[in-house]
Amino acid sequence: MRSRRTVVKWLAVLGALHAIVVCAGFFAPYDPVEQDRKNPYLPPMQLHLLDAQGHFHLRPFAYALKLRDGTFDQYEQDTNQLVPMRFFKNGAGYRLLGFLPLRFHLFGSEDTRICLLGTDAYGRDQFSRLLYGGQISLLAGILGAGSTLLIGLCVGAAAGYFGGWKDDALMRVAELFLALPWLYLLLALRAFLPLSVGPLPAFFLIVAVIGAVGWARPARLVRGVVLSAKERDFVRAARGFGAGDGYLLRRHILPETSSVLLTQAAILVPQYVLAEMTLSFLGLGVPEPAPSWGNLLSNLQQYSVLVSYWWMYLPALAMVPFFLGYLGLASSLQERLAPSKIERRSPGSLA
Amino acid sequence: MKNLNARRLCCWILIGSFALLFLSIGQAANAPQRKAAKEELLVLPGEVGKPGGRLVVALRGEPKTLNPLIAADARSREVIGVMQADLVHINRATQLTEPALAKSWKISPDGLQYTVVLRQGLKFSDGLPLDADDVLFTFRVYLDENVHAPQRDLLIVGGKPITVRKLDTRTVVFQLSKTYGVAERIFDGLAILPRHLLEKPYQEGKLGQIGTLATAANQWAGLGPFRWKEYVAGQRLVLERNPYYWKTDVKGNRLPNVQELVFLFVPNADAQVLKFQSGETDAIASLGAENFSVLSREQRGYTLTDAGPGLEYNFLFFNLNDLGGKASPELTRKQKWFREVKFRQAVSAAVDREAIVRLVYQGRGAPLWGLVAPGNRRWGNDKLAHTPRSLEQARTLLKQAGFSWSTGPDAEATLMDSEGKPVEFSILTSSSNADRAKMAALIQDDLKQLGMRVQVVPLEFRSLLDRITQTKEYEACVMGIASLDADPKRRHPSLESIAGASRYSVGSGDRPPDGRANDGAHARAAQATL
Repeated sequence: MRSRRTVVKWLAVLGALHAIVVCAGFFAPYDPVEQDRKNPYLPPMQLHLLDAQGHFHLRPFAYALKLRDGTFDQYEQDTNQLVPMRFFKNGAGYRLLGFLPLRFHLFGSEDTRICLLGTDAYGRDQFSRLLYGGQISLLAGILGAGSTLLIGLCVGAAAGYFGGWKDDALMRVAELFLALPWLYLLLALRAFLPLSVGPLPAFFLIVAVIGAVGWARPARLVRGVVLSAKERDFVRAARGFGAGDGYLLRRHILPETSSVLLTQAAILVPQYVLAEMTLSFLGLGVPEPAPSWGNLLSNLQQYSVLVSYWWMYLPALAMVPFFLGYLGLASSLQERLAPSKIERRSPGSLA
Repeated sequence: MKNLNARRLCCWILIGSFALLFLSIGQAANAPQRKAAKEELLVLPGEVGKPGGRLVVALRGEPKTLNPLIAADARSREVIGVMQADLVHINRATQLTEPALAKSWKISPDGLQYTVVLRQGLKFSDGLPLDADDVLFTFRVYLDENVHAPQRDLLIVGGKPITVRKLDTRTVVFQLSKTYGVAERIFDGLAILPRHLLEKPYQEGKLGQIGTLATAANQWAGLGPFRWKEYVAGQRLVLERNPYYWKTDVKGNRLPNVQELVFLFVPNADAQVLKFQSGETDAIASLGAENFSVLSREQRGYTLTDAGPGLEYNFLFFNLNDLGGKASPELTRKQKWFREVKFRQAVSAAVDREAIVRLVYQGRGAPLWGLVAPGNRRWGNDKLAHTPRSLEQARTLLKQAGFSWSTGPDAEATLMDSEGKPVEFSILTSSSNADRAKMAALIQDDLKQLGMRVQVVPLEFRSLLDRITQTKEYEACVMGIASLDADPKRRHPSLESIAGASRYSVGSGDRPPDGRANDGAHARAAQATL
């Protein structure tokens, strides 16, 4: 029972994190591609309740930042100019969940923008970009993991169930896939594709590429489960009563693989989010100006950014709670869905 | 067109006094003075330095060749620049010509004959003497169509090649078919080649195989301050002082003082900055504005000098090449827009050059509306009128050219051409140049305001060049050009290959009044109005 509660707990954490990203339009105060050319590399603004004179304000506020004279990226706080935060404010239009047109944001401000995580080289709000970027990166991870598991399930089930030369052939192909140097292959593959791809085709390309790459490992796991499941007594009994291949697979064998698949899913999603980030970091992902976590981090390829603007690292921290959530879910799923195996294995491995 | 800007931040950062001495070699002297003996060396005024030392500088990558007849890439040219010498040299500080291997030259009253007298006692870096026959041979090779030397185009004046003849062992006459205002400037950078090493390969048609990095160091010679010593593949090229160099200091000591010049191959600008900071290299030339800020923040053991505006500029251009049947139908359709002058004018009016200067160059640049950068003191004219940035003006121009806007579901207007197709195109940039990628992103956002959908495509530099110059499969591109000479007539050959026939006639400011570079009528691929 305890493990069931942990699964629910992790699911709730992940659900909340994803809800923020899914509703990025609401939580993000600004349009992620809107440039504010007067404020490049604005450092993160701190929210205050107490002002410089010691007065308390009920409404959180930030101090406006001014460019220091004669510089182009050095700002100083103007403690005379308070920028109060306005909650539930109308601002840039967006589409919630992709269809519901809204203009309503969690917070905003009057004239001066409040950039909680600073701005990038073009004065775009990093906080908004981070939230919108999560949509692309997480969706790519989830869709990629989904397609991987689908391919893995089909190949693994076919190999395990039918056996013989089909099994041999499929597993050799899987080994081939495991042995390929994927990053280089991805780079080569992307280079073959047309020069300019729009953001949407580029996104599906990434999903297809990372989804097609990783199926070998889940396929082998599924094959193992299917191999043992098809020799179980109830499967033999069903076969004895005349059940066909399709019925057996659907009704008795594939349900056995669900624990493996769920655990794999929880492990693969963060892996594939990372894969998307790697591709985007290298400039092979969704093209600018659309944000994705990898795009945000690719600014760090420039030495001057690396040493001058520390807030450009922040997108790297954003994935930490997501990854922790997924890995926590994976381990509690494993515990819950295969308790006997864990018990049997752990004393041995500890010894 | 873009224009962009650039004050090339050429910050020479120098460490140590010998670096200064080294630079002084390249700079120039006032009038040459005669040395008593039979050697007529060029005496450089200024401080007398101490001999010795070694200067390490970074090079973007391995030079492809040391042979000036083949070198087309900037790295090879940079190395060749210190290994070879020209008859007449342009002083980069004053932007005027100065005698180099030529002691003097006379121009005939009709302006068609240039009589050039060589210095006495000149020797190649292998110790063999130079005479008029070497000069004759050099120009014969440059002008030979079978050699495909990149310099050949420069030597065709009025449609005919320059002819060269010898008067005596030190005097050569160049005959032009037409007066040419910048004739003496074309000698700048034209290395005089060693006939004793090249004549045989030339006759055998094997010029391409000599002067490569595989050639033995003693099989190569030049007239520049340094000669080849050692090459370590993938790491460095070491040059040593040329003991026969033809410049001396005021005390008569032969220059250069620096014993060794080492080129380290450091592939990207950021790595060059790191190497410089760690002291592995002694000087760094032309850094990006952001790296300049980084280096100026904590100056340890070096000084930064802002050498002022340079001749480099970046620009946006459209593909106006006439590809005949080879172009894809899509490109042909888009070229119809690009060929529309008003379309290009609208693009030019929409580009926020000030923002580019501020965001890409941190203010260390200047907006341009033509090809002449502000560092060009002879040709620059900041009083020329230009159209200010105006989106309304851009929209009016587009409307006049038959474009219209359709409003999509997101209330974002999309620009449509007269056939009702949306205006979408891609801009190529070099993936290794962060500055240009930024410019492209700013232009992309500017054009979005006009309803144009622009994709920025970063490409590896070599495949970018290949697309621009060979296959010509591109729509628009942001590139930069570092001009070697102030005179726009003698522009970098790569611009010639992009722009086709240059539209600038010599010696007069023949620019369209608004500084737009082209109407494309003549240019094979004009730079778009920027």
